[in-house]
Amino acid sequence: MYHVVIPKIGAATAWRTAARGFLAAQIPPHEICWQEPGAAPELFARTQAPPPTGDIKVSRRFVAMANSVVWHRDRDRFACLYGFLWRLRDAPHLIGDHGDPHLARLRRMEKNVHRCQHKMKAFVRFREIGDREAPRRSFAAWFEPTHHTVEPTASFFARRFGDMDWRIITPDKTAICVDGVVSFSAGQPRPDLPEDAHEDLWIAYFENIFNPARLKVSAMCSEMPKKYWKNLPEAAAIANLVKTAPERAEEMARAAPTLPPLRAERMKERLARFDASDVSGPPQSSAAHRQK
Amino acid sequence: MTRMTVKRKLEILSDAAKYDASCASSGSNKRDSRDGKGLGSNEGSGICHAYAPDGRCISLLKILMTNFCIYDCSYCVNRVSSNVPRARFTVDEVVDLTINFYRRNYIEGLFLSSGIIRSPDATMADMVRIARRLRKEESFRGYIHLKTIPDAAPELIAQAGLLADRLSINVELPTDAAVEAYAPEKSPEQIRGAMADVRHRKDAAQDRSHRGRRPPRFAPAGQSTQMIIGADGATDKTILGRSTRLYGDYKLKRVYYSAFSPIPDSSAKLPLISPPLQREHRLYQADWLLRFYGFELDEITSTTRDGNLDLAVDPKLAWALEHRALFPVDVNTAPKELLLRVPGFGVKTVKRIVSTRRHCYLRYDHLLRIGGAMKKARPFIVAGGWSPGSLTDSACLRARFAPPPEQLTLF
Ligand code: SF4
Repeated sequence: MYHVVIPKIGAATAWRTAARGFLAAQIPPHEICWQEPGAAPELFARTQAPPPTGDIKVSRRFVAMANSVVWHRDRDRFACLYGFLWRLRDAPHLIGDHGDPHLARLRRMEKNVHRCQHKMKAFVRFREIGDREAPRRSFAAWFEPTHHTVEPTASFFARRFGDMDWRIITPDKTAICVDGVVSFSAGQPRPDLPEDAHEDLWIAYFENIFNPARLKVSAMCSEMPKKYWKNLPEAAAIANLVKTAPERAEEMARAAPTLPPLRAERMKERLARFDASDVSGPPQSSAAHRQK
Repeated sequence: MTRMTVKRKLEILSDAAKYDASCASSGSNKRDSRDGKGLGSNEGSGICHAYAPDGRCISLLKILMTNFCIYDCSYCVNRVSSNVPRARFTVDEVVDLTINFYRRNYIEGLFLSSGIIRSPDATMADMVRIARRLRKEESFRGYIHLKTIPDAAPELIAQAGLLADRLSINVELPTDAAVEAYAPEKSPEQIRGAMADVRHRKDAAQDRSHRGRRPPRFAPAGQSTQMIIGADGATDKTILGRSTRLYGDYKLKRVYYSAFSPIPDSSAKLPLISPPLQREHRLYQADWLLRFYGFELDEITSTTRDGNLDLAVDPKLAWALEHRALFPVDVNTAPKELLLRVPGFGVKTVKRIVSTRRHCYLRYDHLLRIGGAMKKARPFIVAGGWSPGSLTDSACLRARFAPPPEQLTLF
């Protein structure tokens, strides 16, 4: 029996190297116990995977899938991946078989991770932690992803925020980017980040872009699940917006049309004068408004 | 007069912008800022950074530069005859908000439109100035959508297209007569002229010069437009006919349908009741069928009653219910075009069916795993272990899908 521990940081490479070794040595799935760090090692187990030897060819689609699945929270993910890889040896077509339940499970995990990555790109909220006038500004965010998504998603933030330093702190891993170089370290408890005045403006924007005449709370919740709300500054405004919406919508419908302000009449007269005087303007343009 | 705070301006100018449905930030050219010399990236698909309680995605900072306007479009909250509070951002304020929101990962970029102040050219020139500041001085590589003013000078549109990812011009209402009635200062022909102009510039930017050099990209994420639904009497048939022409004539990326919504301080000229949001939803579904599912316009409009789509069932189901003789189709043998017509099968599902059936005989539970909406698809297909029998032709099939009639209560 083999016991391999896949570390939290660098899990993708670690799993792949181990899997290649096992595959080359033809070790069947039931002889391997894949573990996360912290689990008690079993007595008398071998803890080293055999070194990978020779070239091993695996479908590119499998590799892409594995690179996502390794970040899933499910403890069985490594075993499940290796089990499928083992089956692929003499049935390579399985990678395209949408009816296979084993593949379906992996694809489901892959989908969960992708969704989690997507939500992370959307819902991380930075606060400024450094000097605004510094040549490189710095920002930090606290985030609680459902899966171990920080590592595979960090490159997105590096591509996007090229001219600033940033860190994303999560309970199980921290990503830090300084001068464009990303590194990872252990997770941390929720830090106290300084207040950021732009959060207030952002909430004001959120409140005002909302149209109370079209309340659709379930649509909002399916795309922005409640579990994320505690780390989204704007979510604090939701309850009140929902509560007052029907009243506000009714109010708009009830209000009798008002008389136009005086300014309106003056404007109209001015436009009409332009139209009358401009007989030689180019056809097809409401030439009046071109005049300064 | 005391000076208005940025926060107050933001409140007024985002409130004024919310009637524009578009918030898309996808489909532009790929770019990033890994070189450390700028800010922002675009990776093809846009990101929705938040959702408002109206269920709409918030992807861009969607604001008006100003809501002062010299025009009097009845459906618009900013028309000259409305009493809403007015505000105007400076160029610096818009740039600062965009950059600082972007750095905090609130947004994908900026969607800027404006009421018309002084003149269309002066307004457009200010908008171009904002886009230029963002691109040139702030090295901003995020997304920019500018709503262009139809009668602004062509040079300004040309500059706007080189700075922005997307340009849009709203056709506003589905028929020319309605535009003339409700937007008296606007000319439908001029709006179309401006859209044609954008299309030509975009086409021209695709041609290489004789040296093989590519000219700078023009509005790489294309142009879009918006129609307000339910403010005039136009039927869905008229609306879809108009959008089909718009897609064809101007190569639009998207036509947005925006259910007329009561606005604060509405005009006496317009109905105060809003059309059901469901109507907007059905129009989007029909629009999708026309563009991605191989449906022809008259196929969809043939299922309408008095020219309007069925609100109770979606347009694909409505079509299938009227063409039952074509069903059930065998998922193991039917051509792709026919599979696309099965209610409950999306483009992705059909692609998977076609690739999987090459090496295995598809059974009903395969389809469940592949992700088809089987409850809906069931009466219309045959698969291993499943045949709908007489279900396909049963008279009550529609009733199975239509929502139950509203419950009556004791009075
Ligand atoms: S031109 Fe018409 S639609 Fe545009 S802001 Fe002015 S009143 Fe509103």
